[in-house]
Amino acid sequence: MKILVCISHVPDTTSKINFTDGDTQFDTNGVQFVINPNDEFGLTRAMWFKEKQGASVDVVNVGGPETEPTLRKALAIGADSAIRVNTPATDGYQVAKELAKVVQDGGYDLVIAGRESIDYNGGMVPGMLAGLTGANFVNTCISLEVDGNTATTIREIDGGKEIATTSLPLVIGGQKGLVEESDLRIPNMRGIMMARKKPLNVVEPTGAAAETKAISFEKPAPKGAVKLVDNVDELIDLLHNEAKAI
Amino acid sequence: MSVLVYTESENGTYKKTALEVASYAKGIADMMGTTATAVAINGGDTISLGAHGIDKVLNITNDALGDFNASAFAKAIAQAAKAEGAKVIVLSQSANAKYIAPLLAIELEAGYASNVVGLPESTSPFVVKRTAFTNKAFSNTEITTDVKIVGLGKNAFGLNETSGAAATEDFAVDLGDTSGVKVQSIDKATDKVAIADAEIVVSAGRGLKGPENWEMIEEMADILGAATACSKPVSDLGWRPHGEHVGQTGKPVAANLYIAIGISGAIQHLAGINSSKTKVVINNDPEAPFFKAADYGIVGDAFEIVPKLNEKLKAFKAANS
Ligand SMILES: Cc1cc2nc3c(=O)[nH]c(=O)nc-3n(C[C@H](O)[C@H](O)[C@H](O)COP(=O)(O)OP(=O)(O)OC[C@H]3O[C@@H](n4cnc5c(N)ncnc54)[C@H](O)[C@@H]3O)c2cc1C
Ligand SMILES: Nc1ncnc2c1ncn2[C@@H]1O[C@H](COP(=O)(O)O)[C@@H](O)[C@H]1O
Repeated sequence: MKILVCISHVPDTTSKINFTDGDTQFDTNGVQFVINPNDEFGLTRAMWFKEKQGASVDVVNVGGPETEPTLRKALAIGADSAIRVNTPATDGYQVAKELAKVVQDGGYDLVIAGRESIDYNGGMVPGMLAGLTGANFVNTCISLEVDGNTATTIREIDGGKEIATTSLPLVIGGQKGLVEESDLRIPNMRGIMMARKKPLNVVEPTGAAAETKAISFEKPAPKGAVKLVDNVDELIDLLHNEAKAI
Repeated sequence: MSVLVYTESENGTYKKTALEVASYAKGIADMMGTTATAVAINGGDTISLGAHGIDKVLNITNDALGDFNASAFAKAIAQAAKAEGAKVIVLSQSANAKYIAPLLAIELEAGYASNVVGLPESTSPFVVKRTAFTNKAFSNTEITTDVKIVGLGKNAFGLNETSGAAATEDFAVDLGDTSGVKVQSIDKATDKVAIADAEIVVSAGRGLKGPENWEMIEEMADILGAATACSKPVSDLGWRPHGEHVGQTGKPVAANLYIAIGISGAIQHLAGINSSKTKVVINNDPEAPFFKAADYGIVGDAFEIVPKLNEKLKAFKAANS
C-alpha cells in the first residue's frame, strides 16, 4: 500500500496570534510551527500500517522553504520520504489542486489528511482532494483499518459514531482517535539522524489559482471583567435575568 | 438566481441549525434582492422552513439517500443548485454539512468559506467574516468564484421568524453510483444531548479528581437538558469518552451557555469554546486563567458548590416550567 500523509505546518497551539501590515498578514515573529495535531495522529496511524501491514509512507506539504523543518520532523517520526510543493498555500482549493497532482503522479492508494488545520480551520482540503481525484472520502475519521482493497472506518458524528466500509483509493480527514495520544511519537536522536539522509523532494507547483482570499484579519473584542458571585442563588438569578441563558 | 440552503433534518424534523441557516439564507437573499430556496433530503413538513424565510422548498425523496452519504448528498444538492441557478449556497457546520461542503465545492467549482459568523459584509465583492486560528481571530474572506458556498457557524446568526409559507416542489435527482462509502451501523446515545446540538454544555476538568465524581456533572446536565463535555487530559486519562473532549484539538463548542467546572482555562481549551455566548467558571483557584475568559464565576470547591447548585437549579426549573 502506498500512503501519502498531508502535513500542514501550523503555529503551535500556545501561540499568541497577531497580525502585521495593516492586519493583512499573520505575524510569524516568535511563533513556533509544528505538524498540525490532526496530521500527527494520521502520520502515527500511517506508521502503524507501515510496521504492521507493510506500506510506504510519504509526507507532503504545499508551502515555502520555511516548512521544511516540519517535514523533517515527519521524516524523523518515520516517514520514508517527503515532498514539498514549492508555493505558498493560499487557500484550501489551491492546496487541494496541488495535492491532487502529487496524488496522481505518485499513484497513492491511501491519503491521510487532517479534519482541519488549526490555523485557518478550513476543513476543506481532504474533501476537495477526494473530489478532485475521484477517491472515496471519509471525514472526521477516528478509526481506520485496511484489508486488501477494503477499508473499514469509524467517523465521529454529532452525538455518536458511524461505522462504514469503503474501498481504496481513499482520502480521510483524520483526528484524535486514529491513534491514542499516548501512541504519538517524539522523534529520537536516531530518527533525527536518519531523517537528514531521507529524500525531501521539492516539486514545482502547477500554479492552481485560489478561490478565496483573506483580505484582512481582526482579533475578538476584549472581554469585560468576570462577575464573581459567592452564592449559587445569585448565579442562577444572573443566568436567568441578565444573561437569559437558563 | 435564488440563494439555496441545505436544511438538514433528522427523522423528518428540521434541526435548529437548519432553521438558523434558513433564516440566514433569507438574510443574504434580501441583501441580493432575491428569494431563498431550501433543499430538503427526505425531509419532513416544510411549515417550519416557510416560517424562517424560505420561499420555496425542493423536496428530494430518494431511497439511495436514506443513509447519510456525503458524496451522494453533495451530488443531489449540486443538481438542485444548478436547477435554481443559485450563486450562493448556504450550509450549517454540523458534522454532516462539513463533510458535504468541500465535495459540493468541487461539484460546483465554487469557492467555500467555512465557520462564517454573520451576514456578508458585501455581496459584490462577496466578503464574509469567518473565524480563524481556532477562534483566536477573525478573517475577512472574499470568495472570488461565480458560485459561492458559505458554511455558517452554529449560533452565529440566530433564528428569524417570519409569517411566510414555503411552496414545496418535488425535485428528482440522478445520483449514478452511490456505493463509494457504505454505512454499516450508527452508534448514538439517544438519551443524551450531543455537544454539537446542545444549547447548554456542562464541562468538567481534572479538578474533579477522578471519573467517579462525574455523577454530579451528569446530574447538572440532566437538570438543564445539557450535554456533558470535558477537558483534554480528562479524556486522555480515560475518565470520560473521547467524544466529550472539547477545545482546539477536540470538538468546538458554540453553545448559549458553557459551564466549566474544575477546568484551568488553558489557551487550547479556551480556543475551542470561545464562541459560546455565556461562560460560567467554578474553580477553587482565583488565579485560574479561565476567570479572565468567563462572564460569571464562583471561586470555591466544586465538591461543595456543584451539589448546592444542582439543588437550586432543580428548584428553579420546577418553578419556571
Ligand atoms: C497540542 C495540544 C493541544 C491541546 N488541546 C486541548 C484541547 O483541545 N482541549 C483541552 O481542554 N486541552 C487541550 N490541551 C491541554 C491544555 O493545555 C491543558 O493542559 C488542559 O486544558 C488542562 O485541563 P484541566 O483544566 O482539566 O486540568 P488542570 O490544568 O489540571 O486544571 C484543573 C483545574 O481545576 C481546579 N480545581 C482543582 N480542584 C478543584 C476543586 N475541588 N474545585 C474546583 N476547582 C478545582 C484547579 O484550580 C485547576 O484550575 C492541549 C495541549 C496541547 C499541548
Ligand atoms: N499546505 C498544506 N500542505 C499539505 N497538506 C495540507 C495543507 N493545508 C492543509 N493540508 C491538509 O488538509 C488538512 C485540512 O486542512 P484545512 O482544509 O486547511 O483545514 C490538514 O490537516 C492537512 O492534512
